[in-house]
Amino acid sequence: MRRKITVFIIIAVCFLLQSTLFQALAFASISPNLLIAVTSAFGFMRGRKEGMWIGFFSGLLLDIFYGNVIGFYALVYAYIGYVNGFFRKMFFPDDIKLPLILIATSDFSYNILVYVFLFFLRGRFQFDYYLVHIMLPELVYTILVTIVLYFVILKINQRLEAIEKRRASKFG
Amino acid sequence: MRRKSKHSMPTRYTLMILTGLCLMVMFVSFTLNLSGGPLNSIAGYIFIPMQNGINEVGTWFVNRAEDLKTMRDVMQENKELQTQVDKLTQDLSTIKLEQYELNNLRELMELDQKYPSYDKVAARVIGNDGGNWFNTFLIDKGENDGIEKDMNVIAGSGLVGIVIDTGPNYAKVRSIIDDASNVSGMALSSADRCIVNGNLASMNKEQVIQFSDLKCEDDSVKAGEQLVTSHISDKYLEGILIGYVSTINRDPNNLTYSGTVTPAVDFQHLQEVLVILDKKTIQKD
Repeated sequence: MRRKITVFIIIAVCFLLQSTLFQALAFASISPNLLIAVTSAFGFMRGRKEGMWIGFFSGLLLDIFYGNVIGFYALVYAYIGYVNGFFRKMFFPDDIKLPLILIATSDFSYNILVYVFLFFLRGRFQFDYYLVHIMLPELVYTILVTIVLYFVILKINQRLEAIEKRRASKFG
Repeated sequence: MRRKSKHSMPTRYTLMILTGLCLMVMFVSFTLNLSGGPLNSIAGYIFIPMQNGINEVGTWFVNRAEDLKTMRDVMQENKELQTQVDKLTQDLSTIKLEQYELNNLRELMELDQKYPSYDKVAARVIGNDGGNWFNTFLIDKGENDGIEKDMNVIAGSGLVGIVIDTGPNYAKVRSIIDDASNVSGMALSSADRCIVNGNLASMNKEQVIQFSDLKCEDDSVKAGEQLVTSHISDKYLEGILIGYVSTINRDPNNLTYSGTVTPAVDFQHLQEVLVILDKKTIQKD
């Protein structure tokens, strides 16, 4: 329960920051994608299941407030969280390379999916333009923000895990 | 933990169920044009107050920062004015420019009065689309303030967009520069109709959106022409200024023209908008 509330607060804070503060801090009208970072981070820290659910709810939030159809972002985010969960075995808290690579890949594949489904299918074919002007800047900005955000999430997760372990040993 | 996972469903099945659910909801909301319904209300009551709060804090900081900045500017200007008399002449020319702009704006205002005055309600922009692909935003007025889907949103004298979804205390607006937006427009002087569609690429490159399918006499529409919403649109009220034609080219078919429009509204610094409470009513068969 404690974990659920904490995760909900993290998602809410990231969503709010992403739609208010970071829109104001946008460079060249590009803002970072915090929810992808959260989804991906919980995916490889906690496994497929949590990644999937956290992705699903983050996406649902975006769908409700900014989506055209309910369910599209939820689905994309859920899959991203799920796929990130496969890397749990390779994840070590001290190593920052893997998280950065995973979050970067997640952000990039998210943008590719959005491009294909929401732009390409409407006849916007200049992929190179969108790649250079939307996807790559967002990638760079997201990675920069992630370096800070990742450590915050990591610390919160470690504390949660410590509390859970203590409880388990108390009752078990 | 081990014991528990043995009894619970494997994650891949949950994923499949979720996928099916999402696809179904997407299909339903796309075909029936439904929005979140109760989800909108719940999410609205949880998140909109927080967004409002952040915005108020943000605005406060921006105002303080601007105060500081302007104070610094004023001090610097003061120094410069004392040392440089030339600067005064420069200021004079700036004022002349502003006068010119003021005259222009006054003309525009008169133009605005020509159209029937609609009932409007002012709203503040409280959140932008989280991603970089689209250009939708949230305003802090919703169903409780009488806002409904398909109401037009303007700022100053120009068209901003249209309400595409509402919650109890917020509304979602798609701006005309959004990549998926299409508006039926017409040239003000000749009433030739065209389609104005938002374009992410051209908006990013040079702050313009595109229009197409303009049928007019040879070169009767020139750069600088005003485009307003047309009388045949079923959602946009007639005669709201969209923007000014910046480039125009004849299409390869030799019949129609297309080109780019500079929107009348500054979308970068949009803070307050007006929602027109009158909706265009079209009898549908």
